[in-house]
Amino acid sequence: MSAAGGVLTGWIARRPLRVIPGFGATMGLTLTYLSLIVLIPLAALFLRAAGMSPAEWWAILVDPRVLASLRLSFGGALIAAIVNGIFGLLVAWVLVRYDFPGRKLVDAIVDLPFALPTAVAGVALTALYAPRGWIGSLIEPLGIKVAFTPLGVIVAMIFIGVPFVVRTVEPVLADFDAELEEAAATLGSTPFETFRLVILPAVGPALLTGISLAFARAVGEYGSVIFIAGNMPGISEITPLLIVTKLEQYDYTGATVLAAIMLIISFLLLLGINLLQKWRRRRVEA
Amino acid sequence: MKAHTIGEPGLLRWALILTALAFLAVFLVLPLAAVLAEALAKGWDRYFHALFKHDSVSAIWLTLLVAAIAVPANMVFGVAASWAVTKYDFPGKSLLVTLIDLPFSVSPVISGLVYVLLFGLQGWLGPWLQAHDLKILFAVPGIVLATVFVTFPFVARELIPLMEEQGRAEEEAAVVLGAGGFRTFWSVTLPNIKWALLTGVLLCNARAMGEFGAVSVVSGHIRGLTNTMPLHVEILYNEYDLVGAFAVASLLAFLALVTLAAKTAVEWWHGDELAATRRH
Repeated sequence: MSAAGGVLTGWIARRPLRVIPGFGATMGLTLTYLSLIVLIPLAALFLRAAGMSPAEWWAILVDPRVLASLRLSFGGALIAAIVNGIFGLLVAWVLVRYDFPGRKLVDAIVDLPFALPTAVAGVALTALYAPRGWIGSLIEPLGIKVAFTPLGVIVAMIFIGVPFVVRTVEPVLADFDAELEEAAATLGSTPFETFRLVILPAVGPALLTGISLAFARAVGEYGSVIFIAGNMPGISEITPLLIVTKLEQYDYTGATVLAAIMLIISFLLLLGINLLQKWRRRRVEA
Repeated sequence: MKAHTIGEPGLLRWALILTALAFLAVFLVLPLAAVLAEALAKGWDRYFHALFKHDSVSAIWLTLLVAAIAVPANMVFGVAASWAVTKYDFPGKSLLVTLIDLPFSVSPVISGLVYVLLFGLQGWLGPWLQAHDLKILFAVPGIVLATVFVTFPFVARELIPLMEEQGRAEEEAAVVLGAGGFRTFWSVTLPNIKWALLTGVLLCNARAMGEFGAVSVVSGHIRGLTNTMPLHVEILYNEYDLVGAFAVASLLAFLALVTLAAKTAVEWWHGDELAATRRH
């Protein structure tokens, strides 16, 4: 008791002097709102999932349908994130380094996936890639089916991930010191060597951050995927949809465990992204 | 002698530009064009007829109502949280910032699920709510809660980096000169952050009006009652009413374009008053 009191007075004595008023009010509001809206509901989910026996967890995890959905959600998101990494770097490169008519308009349109509702993206992509759609009718004769296949899932995941890589790489490329490039060129390196040996290492951490953000978003994505996916269990069914399906069948246990698995993986990812950003900051400061 | 330029030769330069533009055209512009083409496939008459159907109109009203509650709530929270995080020092600050960002890394479906587990009949508060005849799930309050959850970080995320850059000197000066906390915020801080706040509110609003997954889980899909615009798009689409689905979708696409245009206008004319990461 007295030890606790000692700690408390010690803390008050060491408390930094706050000139600006309003700490109690704004911090109180922030913590209350955060707890009520986000933390307590999420904790409730974890408590419920933790209340289940390991056998129940295991039974849900090894269900082939669950495994197939996890493979598609995480595997598809990985492929989409890599595609976005390549093209996102290219788009950022073109936007930062070249001037061409309409550049500012193109720069603005990159954010479209942030602004366009996912359900709209979903029905639009389905219309495009359906066998009679603008793109579907072109690739169908080549034997490529996108709509209602796992490939469609990846296309939707690419769509929603576009801005992440572009927006994280853009500022780093813009700040890149042109003198380094000039030095490399004077020392006789070809443009490709300069890119690979000088520029790529500098934007590498930002690129990785962008790719992991796109990946994290794609893993949980629902609205834009479910229309184009066809949602065949075991083939083109993503984990978020399986959660909804279980919920609609009143399988609360299954839905909760699946959600907990997804959340744990996402939190680990978030942790990784934060470490990556710290590493980036250290490199920038060094 | 030809001037030696650093960088890529012209041909490579144009090849890169064209590849980037082709990627963006296929993945971003074509879907947008497809929405309009499908909505107007049977002509303007059918388009407007689909928009003014009773169910569509009530979906539009519900979407506006939900955004009208969720966006101001998150705006007040976002400003308070950014103020608390940037104007004071306290232990655990980076943890708090991470927690504020948390909803971005939660699948929208799970954002809805947590409220089902709390307020559903099988949930912790469900029996109590039913005994008191209160409806949260499959009703407007549930939709508002789910929307607040998914749009939670937008304003704070826009403000925190900017207010961090701006520091505390101006506020401290105002307080030393005798201004109270609220007066300091209103006359000193708000003018400094107003454009970033607007950007955050625009993005928050776009997501609030367009949220699908989280709302879909808690809404119950009762036509005319708990159907927001994105949910209505799904219902019409599944009924093969393509003109109807794409007509409602075109309204949402229009909203997205207005949001982007407004955000871009802010970045062009007031870019120096946004956080460094937003300036390009």
